[in-house]
Amino acid sequence: MKVRIRLFARARDLAGADTVELELPPGSTVAELRRQLAMDRPALAGIVARSALAVNDEFAEDSLTFPLDAEIALLPPVSGGANSHEKVSRRP
Amino acid sequence: MIQLTAEPIDHALLTEQVRQANCGAVVTFLGTVRDLTGERVTVALDYQAYPGMAEKKLAEIEQEVRKRWPVGELVMVHRLGHLEVGDISVAVSVSCAHRAQAFDACRYAIDRLKELVPIWKKENWDDGTTEWVHPGS
Repeated sequence: MKVRIRLFARARDLAGADTVELELPPGSTVAELRRQLAMDRPALAGIVARSALAVNDEFAEDSLTFPLDAEIALLPPVSGGANSHEKVSRRP
Repeated sequence: MIQLTAEPIDHALLTEQVRQANCGAVVTFLGTVRDLTGERVTVALDYQAYPGMAEKKLAEIEQEVRKRWPVGELVMVHRLGHLEVGDISVAVSVSCAHRAQAFDACRYAIDRLKELVPIWKKENWDDGTTEWVHPGS
């Protein structure tokens, strides 16, 4: 099946495009998508390893199997995310 | 209320929008474009979003905040596109009955926004080079 992946920020610059297409077997997982993307687009391999994947506007675990018509996006780290030394833990 | 916008953020208007008779405390946080990162000089930042997911995550954060604190009104606005030093990139304004709640709710909202919402920034350094900010690289 053909899967379109939306790209942002440095990944978009590295690919020179705002989407990439991959050919994947039906029933593929997010982890398999990551592997295929890094193989097909070696320039993206580094950023893929450090990015989150979103499926239908939700952060996706590597084990997730995504539907054929899912909207998939590669999300490089955001500036306040991995960098923030104290995670939000305060509760009233 | 949540919003992504290409226009300058009117923080006074946002603050006014959350004011209510039953709220004795209003806290507004502004994130602004800073000129120095370490010893490097920033002349501008470019912000790029994944718009649909960014709006969804902002709406979820608003619901989280409303569950945890007795919020009167809450607005979160993020600007996108090209911003100069001193421009406001993000604003969070919260009203509550009392100030401790308002401070805590506002702090939580901006921290969650920075952690979860897919919006990226690109540094435009004074030597003419640019660089996407992806922590951990």
